Amino acid sequence: MEDISIVLCGEAGQGIETIEDILTKILKDSKYNIFAVKEYMSRVRGGSNSTEIRVFQKPIRAYVDRIDLLFALSNKSLDHLKDRISDNTIIFGDKEILGDIQKVIDIPLSKITKKIGSSVYSNTVTAGVICGMLNVSEYEFRNFITKYFEKKGEPIINKNLEAASEGFELAKKIIESGVTIKVKKSEELSRDISKDILISGKDAVALGALAGGCNFISGYPMSPATGILSFMSTYSKEFEVVAEQSEDEISAINMAIGAWYAGGRGMITTSGGGFALMEEGVSLAGMAETPVVIHIGQRPGPATGLPTRTEQGDLDLALYAGHGDFARIILSPGSIEDCFYLSKYAFSFADKYQIPVFILTDQYLLDCQYNIPSLDHKKYGIKRYVAQTKDDYKRYQFTKTGVSPRGIPGFGEGLVIQTGNEHDETGHTTENAILRKKMVEKRFNEKLNQIKNEVIYPELLGGKAYKYLLIGWGSTRNIVEESLKQLREPKLGFLYFKQLYPLPREVMGYLINAKKVIAIENNASGQFANLIKRETGFDIKNKILKYDGRPFSVEEVTTRIKDILEE
Amino acid sequence: MEAKDFDLQNIDISWCPGCGNFTLLRILKETFAELQIKPQDLAVISGIGQSSKTPHYFKANTFHTLHGRAIPIATAVKSINPNLTVIAEGGDGDMYGEGGNHILHAIRRNPNITNIIHNNMVYGLTKGQASPTTMLGVKTTLQVEGVILEPFNPIAVAIALNASFVARAFVGDIEQTKEILKKAISHKGYAIIDIFQQCPSFNKINTFEWFKQNTYYLDDKHDPLNRIEAFKRSIETKKLPLGIFYINEKNSFEENIGLYKDNKDPLCFRERASDKIQKFIDSKMR
Repeated sequence: MEDISIVLCGEAGQGIETIEDILTKILKDSKYNIFAVKEYMSRVRGGSNSTEIRVFQKPIRAYVDRIDLLFALSNKSLDHLKDRISDNTIIFGDKEILGDIQKVIDIPLSKITKKIGSSVYSNTVTAGVICGMLNVSEYEFRNFITKYFEKKGEPIINKNLEAASEGFELAKKIIESGVTIKVKKSEELSRDISKDILISGKDAVALGALAGGCNFISGYPMSPATGILSFMSTYSKEFEVVAEQSEDEISAINMAIGAWYAGGRGMITTSGGGFALMEEGVSLAGMAETPVVIHIGQRPGPATGLPTRTEQGDLDLALYAGHGDFARIILSPGSIEDCFYLSKYAFSFADKYQIPVFILTDQYLLDCQYNIPSLDHKKYGIKRYVAQTKDDYKRYQFTKTGVSPRGIPGFGEGLVIQTGNEHDETGHTTENAILRKKMVEKRFNEKLNQIKNEVIYPELLGGKAYKYLLIGWGSTRNIVEESLKQLREPKLGFLYFKQLYPLPREVMGYLINAKKVIAIENNASGQFANLIKRETGFDIKNKILKYDGRPFSVEEVTTRIKDILEE
Repeated sequence: MEAKDFDLQNIDISWCPGCGNFTLLRILKETFAELQIKPQDLAVISGIGQSSKTPHYFKANTFHTLHGRAIPIATAVKSINPNLTVIAEGGDGDMYGEGGNHILHAIRRNPNITNIIHNNMVYGLTKGQASPTTMLGVKTTLQVEGVILEPFNPIAVAIALNASFVARAFVGDIEQTKEILKKAISHKGYAIIDIFQQCPSFNKINTFEWFKQNTYYLDDKHDPLNRIEAFKRSIETKKLPLGIFYINEKNSFEENIGLYKDNKDPLCFRERASDKIQKFIDSKMR
């Protein structure tokens, strides 16, 4: 087999995350490429959550509907995944829990863990079964488990080692009964995968921000964006970053703006519903020309919507947030690498143009993880634009570019006077009509024109000499890429946008070369296609949209592209 | 330093004649001068309202922000550069109404900032509606039959939340107000100072004379370290006490975040070693 898709399904609080954590690390160390993503319900206990782990030879980084091996850890699992289980799915589970279903290969977890002493060891037993089936060396697995539970002390380590042996023993029996799974390892590849890093979207956003000089983050907990705040809190001392849980989202964005005003590099992390409360802050950043980096981990709305699920539904919100006209930048990483690089770049962008910069991700992207060789902290550089002030300093001095030198309080002889009211060059309020007009042009037209000179270009994947062109953004990137490989249609290209606004001036050039343009978006209205129409007049008629709160799967994208191409 | 070092030339002040803000502007300039705080080392963050325009009328680093939002901005400013003297300034509507939630949590967070609230018990900029501190029964264009909401008592709330420094002043007494302000600014931690002032245009009840008649100073017998006594005084209604109600020495937010323990350099002047992220990625993520 080229790759297998393993799905673990159980109740919230049952420990699937631990199994995922153990498996992804040990399998990566065993030179398998790993992709993992989870879907979960908005509850702390019960329900049905599942994690898909794809183990493969070639690097593929996308969600598939197909399940090769299913570990059904609760009695609701089979029902929860019924649409994804096929005749080829091998199902493992504890018959004491699932009942005596013929198709199920019994892994008597209750019995085994009772013998060991507690049901918590079922995680290690399950990981052991999977690793045993995949031919991971038991010796290495035991070493890994010893290290993994090091902090918990020897008795716990020994219990887990006992659980590991039970898992491997069980795997041996299953293999002897004729069920075997073979995935080619990536040893033939030029690089050693065990030396790769394994990183999630959320950690990549946080690390990218840190690489961009972020030293202040504020936020109010909200799925799926909290992970970035908790990462920063964990490493606050190490990276000298203020990580503060604010009383509400309004406070969060104003804090981040305050941090920038004082010379820090602040960001906020939230989801659409939280961001809705922050809009006035976006306006303030626009008027006061204060940089701010805003991470929105999108989830389905409106209102509370589906709190733990995924959607690309907040582009319009980011695009139109705040009243009045002012420049902004919207970035949309679609891979873990881009989560890092674009989050980093967002800080230089924000600092250079003194504007809000958005990073749009979503639950799917933040919660997925895969292995990559590394990330290069040097890429995109890091630029700071703070100016030392003289005593005649004017915060909003008119310049050719629309960008004034940005001083900070206590750095130089000048005074830094900012306001959310219309103002003159010094920063004091004014109602002068001529000044007002000039200031609007400074904040909006002039800055936007500058930004358009350094837009991050979309990436063209698939057929370079395309006749059919898919247009996508953000998290659909890897899913569509895998789909293109399956379709093997040389005339099909995929233009993946990492910057949604402003668009590159040349965007029409890509579009008019195609006979058919197809937008693919995880929302109901085709928000990006609408933006393209607004900016260029080009109307994308074919749209592949999905808005059931779930990510696209490779299979679904393949089928829906085929349908459109055959029209 | 002298108060005139804070003077700004060619300014067009938009307050009504007789406004308490004029006195408070003078008090602020004199206080900063007497404390020897240079305009460059001062950051005055204000919200929206007539009082929030104050920082446009004297020399300081200024951020005239949004309605109710001075506190979160001031909090972050102080955490990024603790060398600055940071003031969050606004009126009773701005701070107790629109920004009410931020006050509660600033008290809990305890950033080393001074929160000055111009309290004239009425809305000025929007022309005379009730503010959170307007007395019961007062009629306005919106509260046509009189205010029915219990007035907000910032002093009692602050003491209840175990605030670090709680005081009230009256602009009619320049010297005493300066003394209280100096102590508030010099205090380490969040200091809230509610300042009574008249609004000759829209508050015909709580006039300069009214405040004079209806306030008195806490005397030497008042122990500001006694929280219960402080609370008792804060809920007095017959005459409203002025002075320092309560002091609770504790670590500030900037101390508690631990980033200034071994290194006093403000975060805004620190550079992160460029390979630190790389080392982290290549060790922790493997």
